Amino acid sequence: MASTIRVRAISSGETTEVQALIQHPMDSGFVKDAKGEIIPPHFIQELTFEYGGKSVFVADWGAAVSKDPYVKFSFKGGKKGDDLKISWVDNKGATDTATAKIQ
Amino acid sequence: MNVRSAIHLALGLVALAALVAGVPPGLAADTPDPVADARAFQKFFTDKFPKVTLQDFVNGPYSMNEDMHRQWEEKEQFPPYEFALDMGKEMFSKPFTNGKSYADCFPNQGIGIRQNYPYFDEKEGKVVTLELALNRCREANGEPPFSYVKDEMAALTAYMAFTSRGKPFDIKIPNDPRALEAYQNGKRYFYTRRGQLNFSCATCHVQSPGERIRAEVLAPALGILNAMPIYRSEWSGMGTISRRFTTCNSQIRGVPLNPQDDEYRDLEYYLSYVSNGLPISGPGARP
Amino acid sequence: MSLVRTSILSLGAALLFTSASSSLAASSEVDFKAAYAAAEAANKEAGGLRNQWTVTAAALAAAKKAADSGDFDKAVAQSKEAEALAKASIFQATSEKEAWKTLEIK
Repeated sequence: MASTIRVRAISSGETTEVQALIQHPMDSGFVKDAKGEIIPPHFIQELTFEYGGKSVFVADWGAAVSKDPYVKFSFKGGKKGDDLKISWVDNKGATDTATAKIQ
Repeated sequence: MNVRSAIHLALGLVALAALVAGVPPGLAADTPDPVADARAFQKFFTDKFPKVTLQDFVNGPYSMNEDMHRQWEEKEQFPPYEFALDMGKEMFSKPFTNGKSYADCFPNQGIGIRQNYPYFDEKEGKVVTLELALNRCREANGEPPFSYVKDEMAALTAYMAFTSRGKPFDIKIPNDPRALEAYQNGKRYFYTRRGQLNFSCATCHVQSPGERIRAEVLAPALGILNAMPIYRSEWSGMGTISRRFTTCNSQIRGVPLNPQDDEYRDLEYYLSYVSNGLPISGPGARP
Repeated sequence: MSLVRTSILSLGAALLFTSASSSLAASSEVDFKAAYAAAEAANKEAGGLRNQWTVTAAALAAAKKAADSGDFDKAVAQSKEAEALAKASIFQATSEKEAWKTLEIK
């Protein structure tokens, strides 16, 4: 299965800017389907970006985040060519990880 | 009759003659002139929004609002339609059960042709849209048709639009009275008020582009199909032209027609034609 | 001009609706069937003009639901509302045959 994580990390000397697009239904658990039944909650609970073995960004998500979430942030440091590791865990225990090279 | 009413009658006749004389020679008062229509259509919008270049009109509400434009530029770096686009590319390349593929149904293997749709099929005597052509291709090869309003059709048209990015709309109206009639039907549909809210397409997209309807900024009608299909945040997903036409109808409390009914095909024909020259920018993203 | 058209439509609907509320005796199932048939016929005509309204369908559904639960007064009232809406949609489609030209960019 293809990765659910698309990421681009660009270093500009002092800081690295990261953009990520993650494919996930992010069902809140409040929406009903066409038959009137609740679509069970299914969303990412924790999203982590790691650089050099340390977390540079951790998100605790819930029902309020929409489908296919997009995240953008910057962190101090990060060198061109180094690895950035991204992983998420959802409320059903599913996970995915990806590693991207900082450009 | 007395002198006064005779003068009134004479004045009336002179006025009437002046009106009729204003119609170009060789053209009856009600023969559509698509070339003139398109020119007037484009001029209307460029006059109304002098700071927007002609090509920018394909960005819909993003060309109407600076703050939204900035957000859209950022979003375009990592657009939400990427997943649908990838899925569309995969679907397009996968052969049917009988071994043939979409490439066999379309000119140039289906690559870089989106800007030629819809076209008027002189054999059938009707307008053929890209969505319709795709399903006909499927059915001709023993595959079940896709829903016109769901993800699969959106993914396919997303890929085909992507291969035509930058190419200007090149819709043709052949020298056939039926084609002219289809064009005119589309134009009439566009301007006709419908639904309990009594809106026409023009009410929002000609009279009020750049203004808000509830929380949304309205797109101008010029270039409005160039970015299709779109990932719409409101839908949390992709939508085809068929999806947009049908949902627009129900939003103004009119019962939608069936996707790809004659009226919708003709409407797409008209809207695409008057945007001739503007580049395909699909697939797109919208609020 | 659009304001005039809108107010004519709502006036037409309002007039038809008030005539429904002025019936004195309680409505029967027979009354409902007649009112419903009239509404359906008008909505079908609107369908022929390719211009049905979603609210007409909703009123018809409400009428049927009321009738199913035995509330024929409500069922008749909803049917008359549906008929008024359907007739307004017919008026809209008919007048728009010419009126659309006033919106056309020239």
